[in-house]
Amino acid sequence: MTKQVRQLDRVVIRFAGDSGDGMQLTGDRFTSETAQLGNDISTLPNFPAEIRAPAGTLPGVSSFQVHFADYDILTPGDAPNVLVAMNPAALKANLGDLPRGAAIIVNTDEFTKRNLAKVGYSVSPLEDGSLDGYSVHPVGLTSMTVGALADHDVSKKDAERAKNMFALGLLSWMYSRPYESTITFLERKFAARPELVGANIAAFKAGWNFGETTEDFAVRYEVKPAKMAPGTYRNITGNAALALGIIASAVRSKLPVFLGAYPITPASDILHELSKHKRFGVTTMQAEDEIAAIGAALGAAYGGALGITTTSGPGVALKGETISLAVALELPLVIVDVQRAGPSTGMPTKTEQADLNMALFGRHGEAPVAVIAPKSPSDCFHAIIEASRIALTHRTPVILLSDNYVANGSEPWLLPDVESLPDLTVEFASAPNGEDGTTFLPYLRDPETLARPWAIPGTAGLEHRIGGLEKADKTGDISYDPANHDFMVRTRAARIEAIQVPDVEVEDPDGEARVLVLGWGSTYGPIGAACRALRQRGHSVAQAHLRHLAPLPGNLGEVLKSYDRVVIPEMNLGQLAHVVRARYLVDAIPYNKVRGLPFTAAELESMLEDVVKNG
Amino acid sequence: MAGRDAPAAPVAVKLTMKDFKSDQEVRWCPGCGDYAILAAVQSFMPELGIPRERIVFVSGIGCSSRFPYYMNTYGLHSIHGRAPAIATGLSVSRPDLSVWVVTGDGDALSIGGNHLIHALRRNVNLKILLFNNRIYGLTKGQYSPTSELGKITKSTPVGSADSPFNPLSLALGAEATFVARTIDSDRKHLQSVLRAAAEHEGSAFVEIYQNCNIFNDGAFDELKDAGTRDDYLIRLEHGQPITFGKDGQFCVVHPPGGFGLEVRETASVSPDHIVVHDAGVAEPAYAFALSRLPGEDLRNTPIGVFRQVSRPSYDNLVHSQVEAAKAKATGTPEEQLAGLLTSGDTWTII
Ligand SMILES: Cc1ncc(C[n+]2csc(CCOP(=O)(O)OP(=O)(O)O)c2C)c(N)n1
Ligand code: SF4
Ligand SMILES: [Mg+2]
Repeated sequence: MTKQVRQLDRVVIRFAGDSGDGMQLTGDRFTSETAQLGNDISTLPNFPAEIRAPAGTLPGVSSFQVHFADYDILTPGDAPNVLVAMNPAALKANLGDLPRGAAIIVNTDEFTKRNLAKVGYSVSPLEDGSLDGYSVHPVGLTSMTVGALADHDVSKKDAERAKNMFALGLLSWMYSRPYESTITFLERKFAARPELVGANIAAFKAGWNFGETTEDFAVRYEVKPAKMAPGTYRNITGNAALALGIIASAVRSKLPVFLGAYPITPASDILHELSKHKRFGVTTMQAEDEIAAIGAALGAAYGGALGITTTSGPGVALKGETISLAVALELPLVIVDVQRAGPSTGMPTKTEQADLNMALFGRHGEAPVAVIAPKSPSDCFHAIIEASRIALTHRTPVILLSDNYVANGSEPWLLPDVESLPDLTVEFASAPNGEDGTTFLPYLRDPETLARPWAIPGTAGLEHRIGGLEKADKTGDISYDPANHDFMVRTRAARIEAIQVPDVEVEDPDGEARVLVLGWGSTYGPIGAACRALRQRGHSVAQAHLRHLAPLPGNLGEVLKSYDRVVIPEMNLGQLAHVVRARYLVDAIPYNKVRGLPFTAAELESMLEDVVKNG
Repeated sequence: MAGRDAPAAPVAVKLTMKDFKSDQEVRWCPGCGDYAILAAVQSFMPELGIPRERIVFVSGIGCSSRFPYYMNTYGLHSIHGRAPAIATGLSVSRPDLSVWVVTGDGDALSIGGNHLIHALRRNVNLKILLFNNRIYGLTKGQYSPTSELGKITKSTPVGSADSPFNPLSLALGAEATFVARTIDSDRKHLQSVLRAAAEHEGSAFVEIYQNCNIFNDGAFDELKDAGTRDDYLIRLEHGQPITFGKDGQFCVVHPPGGFGLEVRETASVSPDHIVVHDAGVAEPAYAFALSRLPGEDLRNTPIGVFRQVSRPSYDNLVHSQVEAAKAKATGTPEEQLAGLLTSGDTWTII
């Protein structure tokens, strides 16, 4: 039977199932196949904190959304065109996000009385007409997978578990995805159990063939490759990009990297990834707690390594005292905060931007540090290199604020040429710097950067003592002199302000905009998509996005004052808006949501439309 | 950075005690036991034969933690309790250095208890000197985790209600590979312990009884006074039967059927029942039993090296993993990075 092929410019698919159904893996594989095809992609995994919440319940639902298109896209998509629901819980949890007309592929085998009851369905939604507005495809995913594997030497349980590959095969067929990479992946993943390689590949193919033969799926779709800049690409998550950026920092600084970390969601993957790459001179230490993790990183920095610590908000809270010590010691240190929803344990697998205040102000005393935030998964690579550069050249702690959305989301990444990455080499002090030619002054500063010499142990003639007690200017001796303290406090602030950061760029294509949207970090995608949509509908709106939050770009005040209204969307209760109001006396309009999920482009679009029209 | 990967092997440099004195004015209270420890360390350091620039003192916060300022080596006065963690990062990334931690009973056992036990279990190549004055000196006299139960201090006007830690029992529980105790007033003994600690590969934990003459004066007097010390102190010597007392009238035995060690009158025991001290016993239980001998009155206090066993240091294990990975790699770091970036599923657009 020949099927009709229809061209689409973009599709959003959400795979949803129980935590044990392998939805993250299925989504990952579909993304990988899609990347091979050259579509632009953006993904959004969404999973519970519990490793195995009770099977079949709403809290146990795990999903993975992938948005792909033949043009460049900025978000994982607001609403799925297709929902794959592996059980009633997955259907119930996700139905609210589906626009009418969307396709739903349901695993009918799981729609048993018991499973329906678990999520409060007294009648199956497949039978009561409640899904009439959607295009429902009931498929016996489990039974067909088990049937397809009848000749395979695998247990019933293993056969059932392969149902996600059946679903992947079906979707891969529907969207004409190249599947070679999935076959190779399965061969590698199950190398130790060849019978599972065969079974999973067979399940995948059964799904594919089912699509081809069944009449229920009359149409097959194609999404042409996106027009992207020439070069080599790979799909990358924010956490993986951070790990690679840390390795690149080691290579470009020619310094050993010491990473101290204590496991915490959603930052642990950075530790996992880096621990595999010791050949780059990267030492990873899983410390006894977050305080030890940053302490060890600081100790390594004192010894001449690039010291880095990776964590999430609760960990940064613990590290505060040591960050202040690093401010006093004026040593390079990079602190990565992959933000999650707080306070306290909050929602550990959900996203938020509510640690900005802590990064900027969350320490005792006047303890300014540099703060930087990546705007997308691939931008994490460049942002951490920038953080390393600032830390190394300015001898200061730098906090990088990622979040769960960029950390686990993914997008295609145009691989940079290694030689084009910034040169991060710095010089250690090697000789006395006092006027008499013999004394060493550990707090004598570089006139431009105000950075002090990095004099590492092992250097003869530069033996000196430093610590958290206030130090006299130049000599670094303990000092309780009032004027000296005032001077040192101001100097530490001036050191941060002296960091050169690029001007913030404004995207205002027609130059007519009266409204500026200002964002930072991971909101870049949704804000950008909302602005595009508005412009397509004939409105003018300007977008500026901050990578540097401390120091702020030199032109920011001027930019803010050249618009009638400034809107600041944030996944917190207005932390950047607060800074902007205080510092620039601009009556910015905050727009805040803290739902643990990224903004949808649609909600920002309608909010902005209102501001553009009504001021 | 030639030499950064070399271990801290003694090289021939002739230094004197004077070379280890910094230009900073020492600011402990007159009569404080810390002075004696400082002088003992400064006069011992030349023996190490390690150039000053390769020695680092890292401390936390407390009177004792001011120590690094007075040593003309590299020094880092950090924050309360965290010195073992900070020193771990330094030591692991710089195997060429000789890293010493100076800490107090509050610093090491209260706020920093976690870091201490983890440094010890990892066997990080640190020499940890715990100045135990059984009081918080710097904050002016509150009781500490080594103060005796019922201690009356500013914060416990009717006596403390919590039992103290025995620092050596704690270190042994963490399976520290080198555990010793010494006293501020006995320079010769102190230096002999420092010598053994310096030679040890891995964590060396040394408790130094230190008198705080302002807030806890006389805490260890029985161990110092000529009239009592010989009957109170057990001087441990590796390979020697454990006897003590002015006339050797006491000894340590392992009573049959018991768990630990006990003190007996030598005259009442057959000589082959007297325990011969062996710091190299692999099981920490023996040294632990030794650490339990003293009573609250300080009778039967062993000093010297309780335990000294060999186990690979954390530094070495970590370092050899990194070196092994480097040895397997081919190409320049830039080439390796380019290879890593393009690994996995990539696609090319022309
Ligand atoms: C985070 C923090 N909490 C409390 C203090 C106050 N503080 C300084 S030293 C100290 C106790 C010191 O006692 P110990 O370690 O026994 O040192 P000593 O002064 O007796 O040598 C305390 C509580 C501090 N500096 N930092
Ligand atoms: S308070 Fe006690 S420990 Fe501190 S310096 Fe004075 S005597 Fe020494
Ligand atoms: Mg004390």
